[in-house]
Amino acid sequence: MARAVTQQRKIINTAAAWGIGLLIFFPILWTILTSFKTEAQAIADPPIFLAFDWTLENYAVVMERSNYMRFLWNSVIIAGGSTLLGILVAVPAAWSMAFVPSKRTKDILLWMLSTKMLPAVGVLYPIYLIFIKLGILDTRTGLVIVLMLMNLPIIVWMLYTYFREIPGEILEAARMDGATLKEEILYVLTPMAVPGIASTLLLNFILAWNEAFWTLNLTAVNAAPLTAFIASYSSPEGLFFAKLSAASTMAIAPILILGWFSQKQLVSGLTFGAVK
Amino acid sequence: MATQHSRSAARLMMAPAVVLLLGWMLVPLIMTLMFSFKKYLPLRGGDLGWVGFENYVRFVSSSAFWPSVVATLTIVGGVLLITVVFGVLLAILLNQPMWGQGVVRILVIAPFFVMPTVSALVWKNMFMDPVNGLLAHLWKFFGATPIEWLSQASLPSIVMIVSWQWLPFATLILLTAIQSLDSEQLEAAEMDGAPPLKRFGYITLPHLGRAITVVVLIQTIFLLAVFAEIFVTTGGAFGTRTLTYLIFQRVLESQNVGLGSAGGVYAIILANIVAIFLMRAVGKNLDA
Repeated sequence: MARAVTQQRKIINTAAAWGIGLLIFFPILWTILTSFKTEAQAIADPPIFLAFDWTLENYAVVMERSNYMRFLWNSVIIAGGSTLLGILVAVPAAWSMAFVPSKRTKDILLWMLSTKMLPAVGVLYPIYLIFIKLGILDTRTGLVIVLMLMNLPIIVWMLYTYFREIPGEILEAARMDGATLKEEILYVLTPMAVPGIASTLLLNFILAWNEAFWTLNLTAVNAAPLTAFIASYSSPEGLFFAKLSAASTMAIAPILILGWFSQKQLVSGLTFGAVK
Repeated sequence: MATQHSRSAARLMMAPAVVLLLGWMLVPLIMTLMFSFKKYLPLRGGDLGWVGFENYVRFVSSSAFWPSVVATLTIVGGVLLITVVFGVLLAILLNQPMWGQGVVRILVIAPFFVMPTVSALVWKNMFMDPVNGLLAHLWKFFGATPIEWLSQASLPSIVMIVSWQWLPFATLILLTAIQSLDSEQLEAAEMDGAPPLKRFGYITLPHLGRAITVVVLIQTIFLLAVFAEIFVTTGGAFGTRTLTYLIFQRVLESQNVGLGSAGGVYAIILANIVAIFLMRAVGKNLDA
């Protein structure tokens, strides 16, 4: 900066930004705090901010009553499985588009993106019907497939964007030295692609974890992940604020932490490279 | 450069992704189109034959249709307005020098990572509950009668919840765009005596134009499909039945697949109109 910012202005900026930041974060903070209160303290008027009897009881009750671990496990399998499978399918595709581009590469990329824009509700019944026919309604397999297909365009796009930044000269040099296609991919490309693949993995895991249309409509009991677990609290148990908070905190805590790591990738990943 | 060999290998590597997405797009789409021209009631007789455009006519002439269009437009428009306006202001603020910028960024981004069912439920109960909600406490503190948010002000409440979820996305993208703005240009304008409002209007805002377009388009596509937030809070009651929710009810609740599918086709057409503009914005960037 050519001009020094006055100390006073910096103080004002800091105060304003922190104030607004805390305001936006407040619902999450309040949920986390409430999860450690007793039910009576959770609805106390005036509200108690910090001076309550901290307890872990709500977590114990939620764990015991709702078989929380099974929902968590379903979420992990569905989000993890669909993302890994998606990456497996997308890496070769993105690789070939980035390094052996043809006239149609751009059209294919845009077409893939367009499949992402189909409103899910428009194809709800066909998918529902196919699932019944195949016997995969309310199974983790079914959701892994649907979420994989749903996020595949984003995965291909993100990987393509990363791969395109790998200089092609390095690959040519490897080829000159007599590397086969397999060696080229394994020893030259993969090490350079790992960071891109990792952040793609992270962002899409988060998206799949939070997906709440297919997970609510295609599951009942067996395959229901955390999104459905929380929705089951909508009534009348929702009135137990402390337990609701404990359940919510458990559902969002792992992803909040992952999300903070992936915030840099979020922009390029979700705008398909339109904003850098 | 690229040999014949590597070209066919490339095609082979692309095949699984292309075939899968093609199937994912075409199979359900064709089925929806087919159902939309049929009287199809799975629980009351099943497939009762072709009916032409009857479902399309019935869907738009039902008394629930126009209210659902209004609800959809209110939610999409309201959330866009709030997230873009506050997103721009917040991005400008976060771009200023301050202490603890990284932490503030994290605080602001956090809502984006909260799953929709959780944010809907937390807002519905802990904030908007007319008896025990935090907002009710606040209202009582000031001597006012607490509002029954989700029944008396249902649409604004949903707009508020969804805006809270999407403000981080808008802010983050606009902040990224603002950071690429040449600060020397702003300083030059300041030295020439341009007041802050003019600097914003003539330099910052035009620079952000492209990012704002992208935010609007991407959010519109996601906002048209808002589902869990309504499912959990009002279940479509009190005027919050959007087009998406109406189709969901027709298909899964009243099991009128023909009618729901016709609605689905409308939704697909609507989303595609928005998508065309988005693709143009993205495609332009691809050439660069």
